[in-house]
Amino acid sequence: MATYTINVNGKKREVDADPDTPLLWVLRDHLGLVGTKYGCGVASCGACTIHLDGSAVRSCSVPVGAIENQKITSIEGLSEKGDHPVQLAWKEHDVPQCGYCQAGQIMSASALLKKNANPTDDEIMGAMAGNICRCGTYNRINAAIKTAVKNS
Amino acid sequence: MNVKVNRRSFIQVSSLVSGGLVLGFSWGSCTRPEEVIVMPKEWFDLNGFLKIGDNGLVTIMSPNPEIGQNVKTAMPMIIAEELDVDWKNVIVEQAPLNTDLFNRQVAGGSQSIRQGWTSLRTTGATAKQMLINAAAQKWEVEASTLKAEKGFVINSAGEKLGYGELASIASGMEVPTSESVKLKDPKDFTLIGTNVSNVDIDKIITGKPLFGIDTKKEGMVYASVLRPPSFGNSLKSVNDAEARQVTGVSDVVQFGDKVAVIASNSWAAMKGKKALKAEWENGETEDTAFHDEEMMTLLNTKTDKPKREEGNVEKGFAEADEVIERIYEAPFLPHNCLEPMNFYADVRSDKVELLGPIQTPAGTRKQVADLLERPEDEVSVDMTRMGGGFGRRLYGDFALEAAEISDKIKKPVQVLFTREDDMTAGTYRPASKYKFKAGIKDGRMTSYHLVGVGYDMWGNCTRHDNFPGGAVDNYLVESHTPHTNITTGAWRAPITNFLAFAEQAFLDEVAEKCEKDPVEFRLELFEKAKSNPAGKVEYDVDKSIGVIKLAAEKSNWGKSQDGVYQGFSTYYSHNTYVAEVAEVVLENGSPKVQKVTCAIDCGIVVNPLGALNQVEGGVVDGIGHAMYADFSFENGRANHENFNTFRLIRNPEAPKVETHFVESYNDPTGLGEPTLPPAGGAIANAFAKAGKERMYKQPFIQAKGLIG
Repeated sequence: MATYTINVNGKKREVDADPDTPLLWVLRDHLGLVGTKYGCGVASCGACTIHLDGSAVRSCSVPVGAIENQKITSIEGLSEKGDHPVQLAWKEHDVPQCGYCQAGQIMSASALLKKNANPTDDEIMGAMAGNICRCGTYNRINAAIKTAVKNS
Repeated sequence: MNVKVNRRSFIQVSSLVSGGLVLGFSWGSCTRPEEVIVMPKEWFDLNGFLKIGDNGLVTIMSPNPEIGQNVKTAMPMIIAEELDVDWKNVIVEQAPLNTDLFNRQVAGGSQSIRQGWTSLRTTGATAKQMLINAAAQKWEVEASTLKAEKGFVINSAGEKLGYGELASIASGMEVPTSESVKLKDPKDFTLIGTNVSNVDIDKIITGKPLFGIDTKKEGMVYASVLRPPSFGNSLKSVNDAEARQVTGVSDVVQFGDKVAVIASNSWAAMKGKKALKAEWENGETEDTAFHDEEMMTLLNTKTDKPKREEGNVEKGFAEADEVIERIYEAPFLPHNCLEPMNFYADVRSDKVELLGPIQTPAGTRKQVADLLERPEDEVSVDMTRMGGGFGRRLYGDFALEAAEISDKIKKPVQVLFTREDDMTAGTYRPASKYKFKAGIKDGRMTSYHLVGVGYDMWGNCTRHDNFPGGAVDNYLVESHTPHTNITTGAWRAPITNFLAFAEQAFLDEVAEKCEKDPVEFRLELFEKAKSNPAGKVEYDVDKSIGVIKLAAEKSNWGKSQDGVYQGFSTYYSHNTYVAEVAEVVLENGSPKVQKVTCAIDCGIVVNPLGALNQVEGGVVDGIGHAMYADFSFENGRANHENFNTFRLIRNPEAPKVETHFVESYNDPTGLGEPTLPPAGGAIANAFAKAGKERMYKQPFIQAKGLIG
């Protein structure tokens, strides 16, 4: 057990955890930020996607002990009022069915648009291939990303 | 669903919210996040489904569990329609489990809207009548001279009284009998049929706690449970010394053949479970090779009592110009809800509280009461939004585990499955095989024999009265449902999720032998069922023909561009008629499904925005599992345990889905499942058109020559 000071959603947070504790569980259980979801634990479904210095990573596979000064952004910190262009587009298209994977989808999509403001269809599908939606909302996810591109 | 309303529930007046509270809150479709609303000082219960605030806000309870089928939006819309309240003045809450007030609080069989339709409408209309009666009393006029509109009662002079002003009087009034309450003509609907956003959309996109897995309660601990690795194994012994050394682990408890590691956080519990050293007793275990052999034997075994028999198939085959026989095979499948199974339980001496994602809260309450030997009224089960159901959450094994563990450790606990637990120790779609035989005479299918085998498939693995029953003169359907010790259960569109593919793929081959276009061939059969039926016809022929023609028209059936190959499929399930046309192109020799056109007749579409999502999801789900879902057992042990090897359909593999609803004023029918069954057949038939071999076995990806 060790104490870590990590930068989460713009705030310094102290957590006591074993170094191998995945960031996912630090966020969910230690900090109560439950928007980041557990789906597989092996970086294969994307439900736990967060931003680490702006890049999409699977938080289930990043141990807290490996974090230094990187800025961690979870869905709760993506925007102050839930009005990031990707969030607004998700709302406009009413993307979710069960909704469980959607925080991860939104974090992958917003990381994509940060790097590539005008992605092609193939680039969208490629960037989103790591996020499973068991309900099958892929049509709407892709349409919402295009709307977000337009409104960004 | 029948609504039971007693006098007492109508006259209760509650003031749940203290005066003038301003909350940040966003409304359905037409809100911006910065909008705020003023909560009422007092709420008045008009019945178990709704309460009206003194400022005109209306809280509507959504009675059924929400698994992503969007009933939490659609069911309150039905009440709001008949109540005549502006949707922007509606707050939706998940109803508590209350079998006195609500019947069938179940998510299953695509039945929530269909079975709730009339009673939800009556509930809204009854409350509206009470508000009108209250206004009549206030104005001292006949109620029949008044009308209601968008949250107001209006008199003949055009004067208005808001529902908020009337709620207090209305809540004390006599409840009109349901016979005396008039329901709207569907042509006059103003809310039903419009696009309404998911009521939880803001919480979902901002990551607010909403799902069972998000539950945090005072004093709650986490449990990760080790279960037998194979179906048929039992626990011999366990060494928990290392598990207890894991930081955060507080206890290890054994119950039955399972061992729970209790910890202060989820990760510690999971890590502790991994550190357990268990020895297992090998009992009778089954594997896929055994299942395949047993099912093949049964496919060739006559049953004592056919499910349906018309004419004489043997005679028909003997007289046929040509006989064609094909076998179709499907594996067991896990549900893979993206939210792994979990449940919260707090077993105390005075009461037992459970909370979590469950499709069958009432049944689970009874099972927990039985397990703990407590009266049912001491047990509560509250519902959270669910990260998928697909049938898995009809079974409350995880809730029972939580109750048992909490009872043992005397603490509130959340049981959380790892993905590996979920995939290897769950319930499964039963494996099945179907053998079809058709006799062709003069270019027509005159004999049809289906034998099905499906493990523990509820006594019948067929839909013997579905099409083509009634459309073929000689018709015989037989079913075998052997037992397995692998836990099986309902999986989205039980039975038909595979049977529909098999049937529709087979009919395409028969059409080819008859030298007929697949659409024309099916239409001829339906016409025969209408004009000269062979026995009873238990589906609506006109609706069947309607969706077939609509799908053909909208997809430009038979007129696709060069290099685009179309496949057709149609199926009736959950009271809903669906036809699909898949379009496949070849990329480097491999088929890619680029588009599916779907025509669907599900009666009135309550919320087109949500309905389209269901249609699209069902098609994508059906294609994904048909294409990729590989699963088998060896010595009772599942061969896949996580998404790194088990393949689910991903974003680039999903086709564009184009949906066409048949315009209808008929009562709504099922929507969460019916578009899944035909999807596999549509793509398989398109693959054949593209020059690929016919598909007989799921997953298709394993067929030789399909790829490349």
